[in-house]
Amino acid sequence: MTKRGHREIIVEWLIESVIRLCGISAILFVFGIFFFVFREGGAVLFKDFKFGEFFFSTAWYPSSPSHVRYGTLALLAGTFSVTVLAMVIAIPFGIGAAIFVSEFCGPKLKETLKIVIELLAAIPSVVWGFIGLTVLNPLIIRLFDAPIGLNVLNGGIILALMSVPIIVSIGEDALKAVPDSYREAGLALGATRWQLIYRVLLPAAKNGLLAAGLLGVARAVGETMAVLMATGHAINIPTSLLDPVRTLTATIAAELGEAPVHSDHYRVLFVIGILLFLITTVVNLTADLIVRGVRKK
Amino acid sequence: MIPAPHIEIEGLTVHYGAKPALRGVSFTVQRNEILAIIGPAQSGKTTLLRCLNRTLDHERHARVTGVIKVDNEDIRRTNNVYDLRRRIGMVAPLPVGLPLTIYDNVAFAPRMAGITDRAELEQRVERCLRQAALWDEVKDRLHTLGTKLSGGQQQRLTIARALSHDPEILCLDEFSIAIDPVTTMRIEDVLKELRARMTILLVTNLVQQARRLADRTAFLFNGELVELDATEKIFSETPRDRRTYDYTHGVFG
Repeated sequence: MTKRGHREIIVEWLIESVIRLCGISAILFVFGIFFFVFREGGAVLFKDFKFGEFFFSTAWYPSSPSHVRYGTLALLAGTFSVTVLAMVIAIPFGIGAAIFVSEFCGPKLKETLKIVIELLAAIPSVVWGFIGLTVLNPLIIRLFDAPIGLNVLNGGIILALMSVPIIVSIGEDALKAVPDSYREAGLALGATRWQLIYRVLLPAAKNGLLAAGLLGVARAVGETMAVLMATGHAINIPTSLLDPVRTLTATIAAELGEAPVHSDHYRVLFVIGILLFLITTVVNLTADLIVRGVRKK
Repeated sequence: MIPAPHIEIEGLTVHYGAKPALRGVSFTVQRNEILAIIGPAQSGKTTLLRCLNRTLDHERHARVTGVIKVDNEDIRRTNNVYDLRRRIGMVAPLPVGLPLTIYDNVAFAPRMAGITDRAELEQRVERCLRQAALWDEVKDRLHTLGTKLSGGQQQRLTIARALSHDPEILCLDEFSIAIDPVTTMRIEDVLKELRARMTILLVTNLVQQARRLADRTAFLFNGELVELDATEKIFSETPRDRRTYDYTHGVFG
């Protein structure tokens, strides 16, 4: 074989190996994280762990000297309520904005908007928390005559503001990926702009739009700092939007530093980590199944 | 007396940026006529069709001047462009199956036009699929995705779709590129029947197809209408313009 042929084979092998390594490392990291979290939390999980209390009790007294309780129901309700509110606000706005940017606005406005949206996405979450604390808090107190402005509403709005840029940019990519020939065909059949969007573009881009929504949800579920600052951090099952709550993530952030390493409290916080892991896995799996179901049709 | 023309085009000029695509094209089309438009690539055939249903409006760089009248109404001034498009069926050169089921693809335009009656929709879908010579192949899987069909089937699907809103003008832009010769012949037969009900503009690269179907043929070259005459005249040994002879006889092309 020629010298050149040898070199080609070696270079080819090298490139292939590097790419393979990148792929495998991604899987390894995920398993590594799972392993680590599970190792820290696992010890308490297999030592007469009270699952009933963990899931169905609102009593979270991790450092009580006499009645230690690890009930996460209120924390789950906190995470759930804030996330749902954020998505109710962010998904319509995000998808709507994506449609506007992709289909309606001129090229100059589009560029400007995209830059602004990227800027929004780059604001650190602690800054968002700060805005919740100093801007939304007094506003909510004044508007709703509430005793305190740090609550589900505040956290939901802040999370929505944080998720919208992600939903817009991914949603816009999904719409941009729809071939222009679809638009042309739809228009030629007499569709109005709105009919074109909801009969042709949305069905064609639905996978991408679903992914956009899900990344928004993932961001909202996992967000810690901003909700810690904006939701009031009170263990409470909310009955109205103006009730303060505490989320799973905020609990970990606030208490991990104070829990003695390898104490039960410390380990239960890692169990909460496992729970968050499970929640995101379920969200992703559901989405996957929905997408597959849609495809089958 | 000559009846009023169905389509009247006068001094139609289109620029994409600085580049002209059509230069002052003028002609008329009679009702229920099949007019073939032939010409090499880049001669402005597709642009002409896109002016007619005004989808060129959405092209940012296109500038259009001139007058196009359908039934004596200036369509470039019409305020209901959607209504105009519902009167025109358009078949693109490469099949564009919308990402919907076969049934929904064909029912798309009727639904846009406000037809909701199930029985009527079903009947329409079947009729259009039959006309496009596709019914027998898809009747058992109407509710699967249209984009899963083969290229030729998808092209016939777009023909069915173009017929679905009973257009008065049918524009076919190189419809047979992706279709086998046998099916092409079947669709050509359908076109011959359809001309009793509609005016057909047939853009084609197959000069033989123009010869088989068209009453009159227009030869476009470089955005200029070189010649428009009875099909026999265009394909004869003595068309008026030398370039027409060269093109139809394969001297260049």
